[in-house]
Amino acid sequence: MDYFLQQLINGLTLGSIYGLIAIGYTMVYGIIGMINFAHGDVFMVSAFSALIAFLVILAVGITAVPLALVMVLIFAMLISSLYGWTVERIAYRPLRGSFRLAPLISAIGMSIVLQNYIQIVQGARVKAIQPVFTGGITLHEGDLFDVRISTIQILIIVTTIVLMTVFSLIVAKTSLGRAQRSCEQDQKMAALLGIDVDRTISLTFVMGAALAAVAGTMFLMYYGVVDFFIGFIAGVKAFTAAVLGGIGSLPGAMLGGLLIGLIEAFWAGYFSSEYKDVAVFAILAIVLIFLPTGLLGKPEVEKV
Amino acid sequence: MSQAMLEVSGVTTYYGNIVALRGVDVHVNQGEIVTLIGANGAGKSTLMMTIFGKPQARDGRITYMGEDITRMPTHKIARLSIAQSPEGRRIFPRMTVFENLQMGAAITDGTHFQSDLEKVFAFFPRLKERMHQRGGTLSGGEQQMLAIARALMSRPKLLLLDEPSLGLAPLIVKQIFESLRTLNQEDGLTVFLVEQNAYHALKLAHRGYVMVNGLITMTGGGRELLAREEVRAAYLEGGRH
Ligand SMILES: Nc1ncnc2c1ncn2[C@@H]1O[C@H](COP(=O)(O)OP(=O)(O)OP(=O)(O)O)[C@@H](O)[C@H]1O
Ligand SMILES: [Mg+2]
Repeated sequence: MDYFLQQLINGLTLGSIYGLIAIGYTMVYGIIGMINFAHGDVFMVSAFSALIAFLVILAVGITAVPLALVMVLIFAMLISSLYGWTVERIAYRPLRGSFRLAPLISAIGMSIVLQNYIQIVQGARVKAIQPVFTGGITLHEGDLFDVRISTIQILIIVTTIVLMTVFSLIVAKTSLGRAQRSCEQDQKMAALLGIDVDRTISLTFVMGAALAAVAGTMFLMYYGVVDFFIGFIAGVKAFTAAVLGGIGSLPGAMLGGLLIGLIEAFWAGYFSSEYKDVAVFAILAIVLIFLPTGLLGKPEVEKV
Repeated sequence: MSQAMLEVSGVTTYYGNIVALRGVDVHVNQGEIVTLIGANGAGKSTLMMTIFGKPQARDGRITYMGEDITRMPTHKIARLSIAQSPEGRRIFPRMTVFENLQMGAAITDGTHFQSDLEKVFAFFPRLKERMHQRGGTLSGGEQQMLAIARALMSRPKLLLLDEPSLGLAPLIVKQIFESLRTLNQEDGLTVFLVEQNAYHALKLAHRGYVMVNGLITMTGGGRELLAREEVRAAYLEGGRH
């Protein structure tokens, strides 16, 4: 039971990170119907931005942890948003209205460009930081080991819950959210009503990238290491999460992220960490066979 | 003579290399109801969309209140207080009736939202009952009412309507046309109306145009066109009045 609880905590932490990244995939898919394969790499860039900000802050001698964390987050979100915005402008917008595969190919190209760019400017070796958060809470003292939730795990889970709530409210209740949903459903009509479709799409990329930056910063604080390849692996997992939850659906992305994190943690905990990725993808395949639109995807029932 | 509110001069529009408008001249003066009639495929909807820059005119010029809007992006044209209830209604299917109306008011600052809402509900009480239903599940007629109501929510000075009577029961059509007359007379709303229902449209309109194959072939006062033999033969005989 203790072991189960511990894996549950680990899985939720991991799943939160995947969920935050998955939102970027799902929102972009919703609005322009393409998979932004470079999104995982924007996440990776944000983790490096966080690393740089972190080192700079250490160097200038700011030691108040909350202040430092906020500064790192803001910096990472700004840089990441800039990348997300730029990727859309140079790689996707010019291809809008061209054949369906064109932006996909362009996205894969952007992904390769970003990976290689970071590899060149930051080096291929793993970069590490010393742990920022050390404390934690012992939930249960067991005979073999204690069930613990560390400070950073609490931070990750709480931040994710808060962000996802705020984000869902933005999409459901604000005029920006309505503009995004209208572009999702009928871009031509949205334009007829005075919505600047290009700007709305740009903002969607920026929002997705900003959330990925939160994930990137948390990833750095949690694992303490980053390299130029983390975007690929986390990106594929988050993409899987988005598909599992039902691509285009926000709650789906969150649910999918959590499920992927849990599957991974339990598989690694009870079977072997060797095949945890295989388990993730096997479950994805099974879900898609029986529920092709994902867990919370919308089958089209409306008359339009 | 004062300048027309909307002036379309010599406009040609293409879909790829297929020509849909071949030099159209149309104008709408402030305070008028003007109707455009023509057979299926004549290019009526194309003209309505060309006014909004989707697609853009290849040649010719479109001005609104003296401003050249021929190459203006669609959303900027909408922000000049021109609204359109387009062909096919284009209701946002996964938004509620209320949200669709909020979308209509997207370009306003929101200060008149509540009173505008009450006004469109007075025209279409049906929509009030359906306020929280998703647009995609409304009946065809209810969607048509919503499309018109949504256009009105932007507080337009010029309203373009593409076949508002399509799919509606005769009684509702009559009611919508009455509403248009009221809006025109009391609020000074200018209306540019595309209709298959030529009899009602021409009776309502101050002036009318007849379009054939991407060209305006006839124009005149509403009742004057209604009296013409060619118009009666082509658009009214065996018609639905
Ligand atoms: N997107 C498009 N691509 C290619 N051709 C088009 C497109 N839209 C319209 N057309 C063609 O342009 C011509 C004019 O179409 P339009 O929809 O403007 O006619 P309409 O007068 O509105 O007809 P209706 O009364 O049936 O609505 C038609 O021949 C049509 O086939
Ligand atoms: Mg038409």
